[in-house]
Amino acid sequence: MNKRILEMIGGRLAVAILSLFLVSLAVFFITELLPGDTAQELLGQAVTTEAAAQLRETLGLDRPAILRYFEWVFGLLTGDLGYSHVSDRPVANLVAERLPNSLTLAAITMAITIPLALGLGIFAAIWKGSIFDRAISSVAIMLVSFPEFMIATLLVMWLSVYMQWLPALSFIAPTADLRTIVLAFIMPVSVLVFGSCSQMIRLSRAAIADAMATPYVEMAMLKGASRSRMVLRHALPNSVAPIVNSVALSMSGLLGGVIIVETVFNYPGLAKLMVDGVTTRDMPLIQTCSMIFCGFYLVLITAADIIAILSNPRLR
Amino acid sequence: MTNIAKKTGDTLVSIEDLRVTATTDSGRKIEILKGINFEVRRGEVLALIGESGSGKTTIALSLLAYARSGCHFSGGRVLLDGVDLISLDEGARQKLRGNKVSYVPQSAAASFNPSKKIMDQVVEVAEIHGILDKTAARTKAIGLFRALSLPSPETIGDRYPHQVSGGQLQRLAAAMALLGDPELVVFDEPTTALDVTTQIEVLKAFKSAILDRGMTGVYVSHDLAVVAQISDRIIVLKDGEIQEAGETEQIVGAPAHPYTQALISAFEPVEAEAAGSRQAAKAVLEMREVVAGYGNVKSDGKPHIIAVDGVSLTLQRGHSLGVIGESGCGKSTLLRVAAGLLPAASGSCILDGKDLRPQVSARSKDELRKMQIVFQLADTALNPAQTVGNIIGRPLTFYHGMKGEARDKRVIELLDMVRMPAQFRHRLPRELSGGQRQRVNLARALAAKPDVLLCDEITSALDTVVAAKVLELLKELQRELHLSYLFVSHDIHTVQSLCDEVMVMFGGRKLETFAAADLHAEARHPYTKLLASSLPTLDPTWLDNLKQDPELVRKFAHA
Amino acid sequence: MTVSAAPRRKIRFQIRPIAAICLAVVLFWALVALFAPLLIHYPVGDMVSYDYFGPMSKEYWLGTDYLGRDIYSRLIVGARYTIGIAFIGLILAALIGITLGLLAAAFGGVFDTILSRAIDTFVGIPNLLLALVIVAGGGSSIPILIGAITIIFFPGCYRFTRSMAVNVNALDFIAAARARGEGHFYVMIHEILPNIVGPIMADLGLRFVHIILLLSGLSFLGLGVQPPNADWGAMVRENMIGISYGSPAVVVPSLALASLALAINLLIDNLPQRIRDQME
Repeated sequence: MNKRILEMIGGRLAVAILSLFLVSLAVFFITELLPGDTAQELLGQAVTTEAAAQLRETLGLDRPAILRYFEWVFGLLTGDLGYSHVSDRPVANLVAERLPNSLTLAAITMAITIPLALGLGIFAAIWKGSIFDRAISSVAIMLVSFPEFMIATLLVMWLSVYMQWLPALSFIAPTADLRTIVLAFIMPVSVLVFGSCSQMIRLSRAAIADAMATPYVEMAMLKGASRSRMVLRHALPNSVAPIVNSVALSMSGLLGGVIIVETVFNYPGLAKLMVDGVTTRDMPLIQTCSMIFCGFYLVLITAADIIAILSNPRLR
Repeated sequence: MTNIAKKTGDTLVSIEDLRVTATTDSGRKIEILKGINFEVRRGEVLALIGESGSGKTTIALSLLAYARSGCHFSGGRVLLDGVDLISLDEGARQKLRGNKVSYVPQSAAASFNPSKKIMDQVVEVAEIHGILDKTAARTKAIGLFRALSLPSPETIGDRYPHQVSGGQLQRLAAAMALLGDPELVVFDEPTTALDVTTQIEVLKAFKSAILDRGMTGVYVSHDLAVVAQISDRIIVLKDGEIQEAGETEQIVGAPAHPYTQALISAFEPVEAEAAGSRQAAKAVLEMREVVAGYGNVKSDGKPHIIAVDGVSLTLQRGHSLGVIGESGCGKSTLLRVAAGLLPAASGSCILDGKDLRPQVSARSKDELRKMQIVFQLADTALNPAQTVGNIIGRPLTFYHGMKGEARDKRVIELLDMVRMPAQFRHRLPRELSGGQRQRVNLARALAAKPDVLLCDEITSALDTVVAAKVLELLKELQRELHLSYLFVSHDIHTVQSLCDEVMVMFGGRKLETFAAADLHAEARHPYTKLLASSLPTLDPTWLDNLKQDPELVRKFAHA
Repeated sequence: MTVSAAPRRKIRFQIRPIAAICLAVVLFWALVALFAPLLIHYPVGDMVSYDYFGPMSKEYWLGTDYLGRDIYSRLIVGARYTIGIAFIGLILAALIGITLGLLAAAFGGVFDTILSRAIDTFVGIPNLLLALVIVAGGGSSIPILIGAITIIFFPGCYRFTRSMAVNVNALDFIAAARARGEGHFYVMIHEILPNIVGPIMADLGLRFVHIILLLSGLSFLGLGVQPPNADWGAMVRENMIGISYGSPAVVVPSLALASLALAINLLIDNLPQRIRDQME
């Protein structure tokens, strides 16, 4: 790896860290600066101003915002994720319970989505204009347009209520057997896969179609290359950057999907925790969960950019 | 090619009443080829000559049984060794391409996959058709590199396309085409994008490869002189129809068809009036020791990447100064510095005796008005979203405050000056031809009532016949309006026919300035002599008889 | 010399049938949202039937919801919320994003770099997450929702406009204008903008789809439009129990949303050819 590549990667990492820092600023100040008072929330409507002021002092909410911000960041970096007054437990505990569940869901989804979407996108590009291609494109555009909660509710209505094949809720007792677990996972994973696949199919198909329109692919054809050779050997290697980008984008969409899916299927994950936190205005919880999600997401898009840098032949 | 008697055999290619139709997006059908008939015998090289839109590339591609998207074969037959290519299905066509017929593209730089090594792409033909195994293919490729005079033939294949020069890529593309031992090779304007000095090397390489193998070739080009060097027979095309066909000597020596005659006459440079007959006038534009470039300014006052390195020139009022040089010499940058678009790092620019500020934003409106720049590609030089009337009218409003009826009247006058009808002012640029757009470009510059026109390769993208007319117009305007031109071009013939004085640039530096009539004098700088000698003439024996000092070539050419 | 009148330009479009259908759907919903009060059958909040989750019938075209209210009427008014809030948010995001994008491209230099870097940070926060954070801080009132939409979506408008404008900026006719002495604002508005209007409109259309999906998702979580008002997402939420009855109440608002989103997506994909060319 030469110097120029290392410089670019280093630059990209620096930008990522800067972004994370700015995101933390944004998250903290949006939650703290907008109207709405935590003390008031905790004590309810009929509270005296003195009681509220007392509570604020106890919680340390009366100190300047900048100070609290740095305390919070310091806490995050050292593992102190704050205390949730609404549930009366440290946030770290809540997160530790739920995070693995969400990760499982996300991992299973991506493990299915990435190969499926790429495969379909590539085949659609190879047989461009064929019935297969048009069918895939039509399905993709429909799924992209359908809100996730619609797909979720329709699936539940059909498979749980009508056909009675699958359970409507995904709460899994730790002692459940494999079959129960799989059945419980099928619908939430399906909804997520539909959602993230559709975007990725469209983007990767477009990326490959762009590469197919270049003069060098035409040259390959004039050398007698078959269509699959043109796509696999020539177009695909040059589409790495936009395809990886599409993976990162679909991950961003995945987050939105996870939030909906965990709610519909009552799945005990981190996203549902965060939504509950927003409903109860549990600030420390919201702040920490946001940073976790944003952190993951930044890691993903930085990785995507770095892969794009590495795959650029002009930098070798 | 006349000095070697060639043995030509039976007919290899026979095109019968070929018709190709294109369907535009709106459903309209346009006939690109209107019934083409010709034959190619084994061992001969046939040239297809025509301007853009004549259909020559379409014919070339049809020899590979390929029509670009939007086009389809609507009639006729393309017989290769007795087999009609159009009647074959896709699988059969794939078997032919690269194997029996191969293609050398116009832009080799765009036709190589940027993320694969060159050798992998050159031997891909053997891989696709199963002709040779990997090692044998590699050996053969290296042999071809050597035969085409490529530097470091053993290792050049291990590089990526962007690490290799344009002239080398073009020869590598030829090697790629020859690897499969095809019976027919189709060359699609392969030297059009190259500098003249590079073009010579590439042409020589092609010619020797063709002769050594007794190859059959179809050579497509718009350049008669290039084609005269390399082909046995020439076919002249216009608008999808054959105008004239014949042996090379006959076509270039005694053309029968009026269109061919027009092409030949547009080719010959029209001699400018001898410098002596024009009185020396006062200098209207002077540039002194101008240094300009990109990037941060280093400690010695020069920018990181130097594009113009200490160039000085004097343009006399009413005269034209041509600036010639090959790609990368800095001539276009020089114009931008003069216009203020790229501020000079040091040196001065003096217009009509007054010092100009380097930045365009620091100059007064009047100073800007006096010097107008005219760009090369009229497609990008005119705002596609504005009508011709607005394009020409804006400088009128901006500089002279003209509005309404007065402005409209002046727009019509300007259109008339560039020989265009008044109703064109309602048209959009995309509704005009290349030559018309260039005239609008000129009219816009003239609207300001300038003293100096900075012309940046304004005829380079035009067909020869159209370009000749634009040059005519420039000369008339110079006489009528007493304009001064700083005319940048890479084409010596153009500069010779228009300019009084010529300046030669190389590597950002000015090499010399001389009167246009003295181009071939003995006193010229070696590089100028090299440039002048690199221009193909219509004499078919020119390439074979060409003697160029290899030292000079190595020093100055980018081949 | 006579001054001839400008000839009437014949605008030739090739409109595919599918684009026509999609345009009709989009216009349909736009009109519904616009004329909502005139189209409802029953006052929106009234419980008009004893039959919870009633089926589709002549009196209640789309059935009744969990409280016995007419779904058809609630759907019509829901269109107002969904489309209205999204539209206002889109306009604001577009105004801010497009203006900033043009300024960044026209002025270039340090201004562009700082602005782009600052806005790039927003890329680090996925849309729904940012919406949740804003709602957590500010509540779910309609002005906050509109504000959230504006903040979430203006960076996308900015980046798209900027990249289109930068491409146009590199063309020779911009250099010709600058060489003439034209100022930044003139170049921005008269030279660059007319050439990118088409693609920007298409991009705004796509963004609108994302906005309505985000807004409905938010309402579905209970964090968007609050009861007793309801946009389409909130309608799905409040009728979730109806899943077990197979009632249209759950499905109808989703279908409305899907039809609008799909229509816009298909329309953009199948734009009349003339506009498409401008994007190449």
